[in-house]
Parts: sequence; C-alpha cells; structure tokens
Amino acid sequence: MLSIKNLQAKIGDNQILNGINLEIKPGEVHAIMGPNGSGKSTLASVLAGREEYEVTEGEVEFLGKNLLEMAPEVRAREGVFLAFQYPIEIPGVSTINFMKTAVNQIRAHRGLQSLDAVSFLGLMKERMKLVEIDQSLLSRSLNEGFSGGEKKRNEIFQMAMLEPKLAILDETDSGLDIDALKIVSNGVNKLRNKSNAVIVVTHYQRLLDYIVPDYVHVLYKGKIVKSGTKDLALELEAKGYDWIKDEVAVEL
Amino acid sequence: MSAIAIEKNSVLDIAAVIQSSVNQFPILKDQRNDALAQFQKLGLPSAKQEEFKHTPITRLLEKNFDFKLANQKSEITNIDQFAIPTLEANVVFFVNGLFSKERSSIISSETEISILSLEEAVEKKSEVVLAHISKYIDLKTDAFANWNTAAWRSGLFVHVPANSKVETPIVVYHIHDASNGQVISHNRNLIILEEGSSVSIVEKYDSVEKSNHFSNAVTEAVVAKNAELNLYAIQNDLNNRFQYGLTQIYQSDSSRVNTFTFSLSGKLIRNNLHLTLDGENIESHMYGLYLLENDTLTDNHTVVDHRKPNSFSNELYKGIMDGSSKGIFNGKIYVRPQAQKTNAFQSNKNILLTDNAGINTKPQLEIWADDVKCSHGCTSGELDEEALFYLRSRGISKETSQAMMLYAFAGELLDSVKHPAIKNYLDQIISERLHKDF
Amino acid sequence: MSKDNQVLEEFTSKEYEHGWITNIESDSAPKGLNEDIVRFISAKKNEPQWMLDWRLDAYRKWTKMKEPVWANVHYPKINYQDIIYYSAPKQSDKSKKLEDIDPELIKTFERLGISLTEQKRLSGIAVDAVIDSVSVGTTFKETLGEMGIIFCSFSEAVLNHPELVKKYMGSVVPVNDNYFAALNSAVFTDGSFCYIPKGVRCPMELSTYFRINAANTGQFERTLIVADEGSYVSYLEGCTAPMRDENQLHAAVVEIYAMKDAQVKYSTVQNWYPGDKNGKGGIYNFVTKRGLCFGDNSKISWTQVETGSAITWKYPSCILKGDNSMGEFYSVAVTNNYQQADTGTKMIHIGKNTKSRIVSKGISAGHSQNSYRGQVHIMKRASNARNFSQCDSLLMGDQCGAHTFPYIDVENSSARIEHEATTSKIGEDQIFYCLQRGIDEESAVALIVNGYAKEVLNQLPMEFAVEAQKLLALTLEGSVG
Repeated sequence: MLSIKNLQAKIGDNQILNGINLEIKPGEVHAIMGPNGSGKSTLASVLAGREEYEVTEGEVEFLGKNLLEMAPEVRAREGVFLAFQYPIEIPGVSTINFMKTAVNQIRAHRGLQSLDAVSFLGLMKERMKLVEIDQSLLSRSLNEGFSGGEKKRNEIFQMAMLEPKLAILDETDSGLDIDALKIVSNGVNKLRNKSNAVIVVTHYQRLLDYIVPDYVHVLYKGKIVKSGTKDLALELEAKGYDWIKDEVAVEL
Repeated sequence: MSAIAIEKNSVLDIAAVIQSSVNQFPILKDQRNDALAQFQKLGLPSAKQEEFKHTPITRLLEKNFDFKLANQKSEITNIDQFAIPTLEANVVFFVNGLFSKERSSIISSETEISILSLEEAVEKKSEVVLAHISKYIDLKTDAFANWNTAAWRSGLFVHVPANSKVETPIVVYHIHDASNGQVISHNRNLIILEEGSSVSIVEKYDSVEKSNHFSNAVTEAVVAKNAELNLYAIQNDLNNRFQYGLTQIYQSDSSRVNTFTFSLSGKLIRNNLHLTLDGENIESHMYGLYLLENDTLTDNHTVVDHRKPNSFSNELYKGIMDGSSKGIFNGKIYVRPQAQKTNAFQSNKNILLTDNAGINTKPQLEIWADDVKCSHGCTSGELDEEALFYLRSRGISKETSQAMMLYAFAGELLDSVKHPAIKNYLDQIISERLHKDF
Repeated sequence: MSKDNQVLEEFTSKEYEHGWITNIESDSAPKGLNEDIVRFISAKKNEPQWMLDWRLDAYRKWTKMKEPVWANVHYPKINYQDIIYYSAPKQSDKSKKLEDIDPELIKTFERLGISLTEQKRLSGIAVDAVIDSVSVGTTFKETLGEMGIIFCSFSEAVLNHPELVKKYMGSVVPVNDNYFAALNSAVFTDGSFCYIPKGVRCPMELSTYFRINAANTGQFERTLIVADEGSYVSYLEGCTAPMRDENQLHAAVVEIYAMKDAQVKYSTVQNWYPGDKNGKGGIYNFVTKRGLCFGDNSKISWTQVETGSAITWKYPSCILKGDNSMGEFYSVAVTNNYQQADTGTKMIHIGKNTKSRIVSKGISAGHSQNSYRGQVHIMKRASNARNFSQCDSLLMGDQCGAHTFPYIDVENSSARIEHEATTSKIGEDQIFYCLQRGIDEESAVALIVNGYAKEVLNQLPMEFAVEAQKLLALTLEGSVG
C-alpha cells in the first residue's frame, strides 16, 4: 500500500529525514517511535504534503501512485489521513460544514454523488458514536476553544468520517489523560480493517497498549535505526532511548 | 493653472449652486448661510490634511464632476431590484437625493413612529427639528458637513415617541439615477429616539447606469435614555458611486446603539461614523465589513467619544482587499477625564489578496482618565497557511479552502446581524463575492 | 543587594538630582542665528570649506522650512533668535589630551558618575563627554584604535576622517528631513563619531554623555555611527542638564548606517531637566534618530528610557532596506507634572523578509501628556515582512493623558502585521498586596512600574538598567496618594 524508499527531506537549511525506507501492507499497524527531534512528525507531515518541507531525495508510492507529486487535498482524496499533533483552530468555520465540504469533495474525486443534508447528518450521527463525541462540539467553530482531549477526539471523528486507507496518527496520545486515551484508541480500533493501515507516531509506549502495532520502528536522526515487533516498544519503555543512541554511535 | 486655483474654482462653483437654495427653509436661514460661509472658508480638504491622508477625495471629485451642473430629471421605474427580499419594512425612497412619496410606503402606525421627509418635518414639526438639527455634528472643521448643511433639500425624519418599540424596520433606499449624466445629492437625515424607544433603520445605497454620482449625506441621531437604535448601512453600489457620509449619533444614559456598516462596492466610499457617549451605562457596538475589489477605495473613519463614566463600547471592523483596491481604517477612541470606569475595545483585521491592494490603518486611543480598560488591536496579513493546510489535508481543494477561510473571516460580522432577512440578504451578497461553493 | 532594593534606597531623594551648575568660563557666540553665526561656528572649529558649505546649505534650507505642528505637544513659540548657538567651556589648550582637561570639567562629569581620568574609568565603557556644544574628552581612544575602531568627537572626525564623514553624514537623515534636523545640520557643534571596521566586534560599550551647562544655549549635537560589514557595536547615550527657569532647546541628530550582517544596538537614558512641579523650565528635546539597515541581514536596535525633558519629540526609526534585515524599538517613556512626550518609531520595510518589533511602555502621571506615535510601513517589495507592535499605556491619576497614534500601511499581501495596544492603571489589588507585605505605597508603585517596564529595561546594558530603574522611580515621585 505504502512504499517509502530512501526518503530525505529538509526544512529551510535543516536536513531532517536522511533516508527512510518503509513498506506498509493493508491491515497492518506500524508504530514509529523515537526521541524528540528524531524526525517522526516531519515524516508524518511530508507524507501529508506540508509545503514547508522540501523532499530532496527518495520516492513514496501510495497504492501504486507517486504520492509526492500530489497536492495535499489529492492525497487526502486518495485516502491518506493525518491526525494532527496540534489540530488547528479555525474561527468561523463549523466542524459540520467543514466535514460536509470535505466528504463531498472526496466523494466527487471518487466519482460518487454528493451526500444530501439528511444522509450526511445520518452518517455523522453514526460516526459520532464511534468516538463518543457530542454534537454540540461539532456545531462550534473548528477546534476553537476545544480542550486538548476534545481536539484529538475531533481528529478521530474526522478519520471516521473520511474512511481513509492510510491513517497517520501524529502523537495523538500527547496531552490526553487515560480515559480520553482509551476513547480515542477505541475509535481507531473500531475503524481498523483488513484493507486499511495505520501509522502510529508516538514518543511513549502507552498508546501502543491500546492500539497494538504489528511492527515498531525506531527513528533516530532522520533514519529508521531499528525495527521489530511490539516487544521493541516494551524494551524502549524499560530502557529509554539511550541504548539505541549508543548502538547507533557504535555502528557509525 | 496652479492646483490651488482649480480648487478655489470648484469651491466657487459649489457655493454658487448652494446660493440658489440656501434660503429655502426660512427657519434654517442663519444656520445654512453660516454653513455656506464656513464651507467657503474651509474649502474642500487637501490631501495634506491628516483626516484625508490616504483618500484623495477632493482630487477625485474635481476630476469626475462638474459642480455647476444640476441633476437631470429621473424617470426610473425598475426599483424593485434593490429591495431586500422577504423583509417587511417601512420603505422610504429617495431618488437623486429627493424624497419620492409615491414609491415610499409606511406601514407602522403614526402613534408608534413618525416617518416624514425632513423638508416636511421642517414645516410640521419645526420645534423638534430646530432642537436637534446641526447640534451634534462638527461644523468647525468638516467642509462636507457644512456643504450638506447649506445645500440639503431633502432627507429623512424619524421620531420615535417615548417607550415605543418599533418592530418593523425602516429601509431607506438612496437611489441615484445616473442614466442622463452625473448626479450629486445631499441627503440630510434626523433620527430622534425618545426615552425607552427602539427602532432599526437600514440605509441602502444603489444606482442605475454608469455616469458618475456623488452623495454627500449627513445623518444625525439622538438616542435618549434607555432607547435602542440599530443602524445598518449597506453600500453595494456596483456603479460609479462616490460617497461622503457622516453619521453622528448622540447617546444618553443606558442607551444602546448597534451600527453595521457593510461596504461591498463603490468607487470611493468615505464613512465618518461618530458616536458620542454622553451618559452612563451606555452600550455601543460598531461593526464594519469592507470587501473591496478592482480599483475601489473604502475609508472608514470612526470616533467613539466617552464623555461620562461607566459606559462600554466595542468596535470590530474587518476588511478583505482584492485587485488594486485600497482600504483605510481610522478608529479613534476618546476617553474624557470624567469618563472613569470606561471599557472601550477596538479591533481591525485585514487580509490582502494581492500585492496591488493596500491597507492603511490607524487605530487611535486618546485617554484622559486613569481607571479605564481600553485596548485596540489590528492585524494585516494573508490567510493562515497552517489552517489552509489543515483544510486541504482533509481533501478540500485549495480554492474551496481559501473561500471557506475568507467566508469565516467575514462571517464574524454577519453573525453580529440579528435580523434574519437582513442577514440572509447580506449573506447572499457576501457568499457570492467570496465564491462560496461549500 | 538586588536591583529592586537599590531602587528603593534611592527613592527617598526628592528633586532632580543633576540640577546643579558648573562654574566654568565659557566661550560663546552672540545670541541669534544667521549665516554669520554658522560661519562663526565653523571657524571656531577650524572646519574645512566643504563642511562650511554643507552647513550653509542646511541653514538656507532651514529658513524655508516650517516648524512641525502635528505632534501632540503644546509650547509657546520658540524664538530662534533668542538662543545662543555656540557655547564651549574655555580651555587653555586645544590639544584635547585627557590630562589637560580643566579639573572643573572632570569634576562635573565625576558628579554625574562619569569618570574621564585613567584611574577611575568604568572598565567596560569608552566615553565621549560632551558639555554644551563641544566634546571635552574621549576615553579608551587608543585601545579601540588598535582594532581599527574610530571613536572620537564629531569635530575631530571632520578633521581627521573627512572621507568617512563626507560619505555618511546626511545619508540617513538628509539635511532637509525635518525642521529640527535642518537646524541641527546648520549649527551642530559637536557630538560623537564612530566607525567599526569590517568583521570587528567592538569589545566595550561606547558611550556619549551629554550635559547642557550654560544658560540660554541650545545644544545641537550630532552622532554618526557606521558599522561596516559583519561588525557589532553597542552604544549608550546619557544626558542631563541644570535646573533653570527658562526652557532650553536640544535638537540633536543621530544617524546609524549598518552594512551587510552588521549589528548596532543603541541605548539611551534621557534625563534632561524636565522643568519644575509647575511646568516651569525644562528642556525641549526635539531629536531625529534614524538607522539605515542598508545591507542584508543587518540589525539595528533602539532602546530608550525617556524620563526627562519638558517636551520630548523623538522617533528613533529603522529603514529596513537590506533583505532579512531587522529593526527593534524598545521604549519606556515616563512623564510627570507638566511634561509632554510625543515619541515612538518608524519601521520602514523595503527589503524582503524584513522584521521589526516595537515594544512601547508609556507611563503618565501628574498633569502630563504621553503619546506614542509610530508607523509601520510595508512597501510593495517587502514580501514576507513581519511586524509585531505592543504599545501599552499606564495612567496614574486622572489629570494626565495617554495617547496612541499608530499608523500601519501595508502594500504587500504576504506581510504579517500585528499591533496591540492597551491602556490601564496600576491595579489596586497589586498595590494592596505590596502594602500587606509591609511595602509603602510609593515603593509599591515603583516596584510595579519597574515590572511593567521590565521587557524594555531588560534590553539595556546592566549599568544602565540600574540607573534607568532609579530614574523611573524618581520621575514618579509624589505621583500617588
């Protein structure tokens, strides 16, 4: 589904990604972990098409198409979803109107008819339940004045609405208490199936207790330096990141 | 010929025209002659004057108008096109500055409110008119106000008796028929709200055909204790409108005023909106939206003058400038020494869509009392890149994302409009202008 | 001892502390202004012909100009023929060696806390001391000279570095820029000149100390700082004057020219005599200060603490011509009694990615009027320009006024401008909190005001910051209760 080859990227004069290689198949959950500043969020942003980042080398193929050539909205329409680490507040734009516009533009891209107001509301009500989000929140301006937990829940609600093929959760656990974490993870788990995939970007192992990964990759200085199964995450939790840094230093 | 000589000529031309009608209303003879003399003394404002720094109104008027010409007769028929759909209202029409009785229709009862032409009120209600007319405006320095005072021939008179809450709004259509050449009009409006009364008034400016037309309008409103005035200005004239408007509102204790100024089109629009808060526990809100395109210019000069303690004022003006348009905002807040415990806030936000557009903004605070809370903020910029990316990352096209954000930016002002029919009408114009397709 | 405690200790003194007069003989021009006076000044200074021609040109332009009236200040019309345009302390020897300076003058500056003699010099600061119209001595000249830094009086620069003076004088503030700048250009008597060569980081603070002493004189000094590519300098300016009943005019010009990658930091603590409690006397401080960020990545930063003068008319500005150049303006202006201040800045963004930051804190007490006047102009070419401005006013008492006149002119769509202004008074709960901790009300006010101004005071070099804090407290003496 997603094939990343030797991906290198920079912002301004700062080289951040130094050759990432990653293969993801439908139905898989990949966790990307690493110390602060290792490039985790950059990878997520590059995949979603944030324009400040310049890709200097490498290829990303998504469902057989060159992802890097697509505008951010085309990537979304093709099925890439990024749950933002810091969801943006947009005063004056209601979440409902925002989602309706997104759903219909994505449907148009896929050659489907627009949803009318009634079916849209029906769909919304159904998906709201998945993430236990209240409708009053969705009538308000997008993320404006939302608590940290509400913002993250809204991200997962949007994921539920847009039914992506590849969801990238960028530090979705940051700023969440344990109850909110459970609700958000439950939402993600309900949305998982054999034909979609999830990339979980996180600093801590905590979230992986709830969204169990098939593979864990450790990112350090813009490269994947170690890959393994869920046990790797536990090892990191127990030992911290220093041993990885030491190992890398020895190899270099 | 030097520029000065040209300027003098235009003042002479204007004065000559005024002279012919200056004695039209015997009870206002002195006032009008004084205003004429003062107008001649002041002359039209030069671009060097601080208040006209970015708005070359004199140069543009002199370039586009022949002040000696009288307005042509109007045979305009199709005026329904300017109506606000579904709005049940008292309707007052002015065509080329003159009251049009046959087109107007008043549905509120006479005990509830009197709505007359000002020229009729001068005859029938001379006491009330004399008690208020020209009492609140600045005739010392404002040349246009003097010009209007000396030259007006027609206008609106509204008198709301004590405790009368008028539910039906008044819509005033100022139509210029520019099909037979230039039009110059001087409307003079007087709005008096007695204690505990309330009314909403919409002033709408439209025109037909392409000749240049200029409106120099003065509105004086007096809002007594506990009264409430909602005043809307809808400026969406797609033709060659030049406009200088002065609205002076005088407020007493516990009164409320909400003004809404929507400048959506017009070649050159200068709005002077002055609120004098001469009482305690007053609440005033001033909302403004200017959406400019092509080579239009809109200049909003506002003044909030806090003269007594414990009042509140809030001002929000927003602008989107496209094409080579130019927006100007100057907001003054005065807090006089006695006006302790004043809360006064002002915000002006701007978006430039092209590098040929421009904004000159000058939010100005002048405070002489210490126990006050006052603030102003202003911003100028393009659309927030982060937010645009967020929208696009959900599959929404770049164009739609931009339109959504522009509409949201303008929407804050639409939200302030409470009257559903007026709101819908404005929403429609704004949605179309901002290419809302969502 | 903490800074705050020092402030409190100093807080008991009641009057303007620099109000004394030095008894020295001075050499003066007759009152009044005409071409002969301009020639007289030029001759006194043994100037070359080109300098005299420049002055005469300025004088002729000045006679055709009008005194500006747009500022929010009011004062009786100045009689420019009633001012002495040249006054210099008589010195036996023109040789200007520090050892030869009149001991009275050395004492004068010592009372002001500025030592010109070898033993007592402040270690990190080189000083040019200017009294009335002329520079009386510059310290550390030789040490700086070894690094190629020129730091001397303006008069010396005209004689010894004519090529630099010719090239840069008037390049940032043209002769006819404004009425007071033209006047200064015609009659300026001295000031400081400073050139930092390519790549040199000036190792010490450079400082000019201005003192008006003689009666009925105007002070017209001129400062020119040229920072060559990649250089850095931090410059300090201090000023005081005796208490006199008449108003005295101070019309100075400061020009800063920053080339590629150069950085100049200019700090002022302005403490001219503000007049007495009833508004009698005091200095009219009509000053033109401007910096040109000519080269890419250059930076000019103004910091000012304005506590003195009867009237202040001053707008230290930055012209951001080079791409990525940056301008800063940090200001605290305190007015009390009948003082009037109209001060602020101009940030003119011409180059791409230029940035500016304005932080202005106005504090008005007594019957004073305090105005912030500033302009942020983003020109068409200045894509991605950024400006942030914060202008706060604090009012103490209901007889004073605070005014904010920001002009924001934007001609580029990618520019981002944010301007915020607030007006407030000192919170009663803040004062009560201090009282409850045993601090008296005046000290409490001083503490709170210093806190309010901290963002600006933090920009000052250490020695100046302490002095500035004391000054704030002194200026507000008697303004509460």
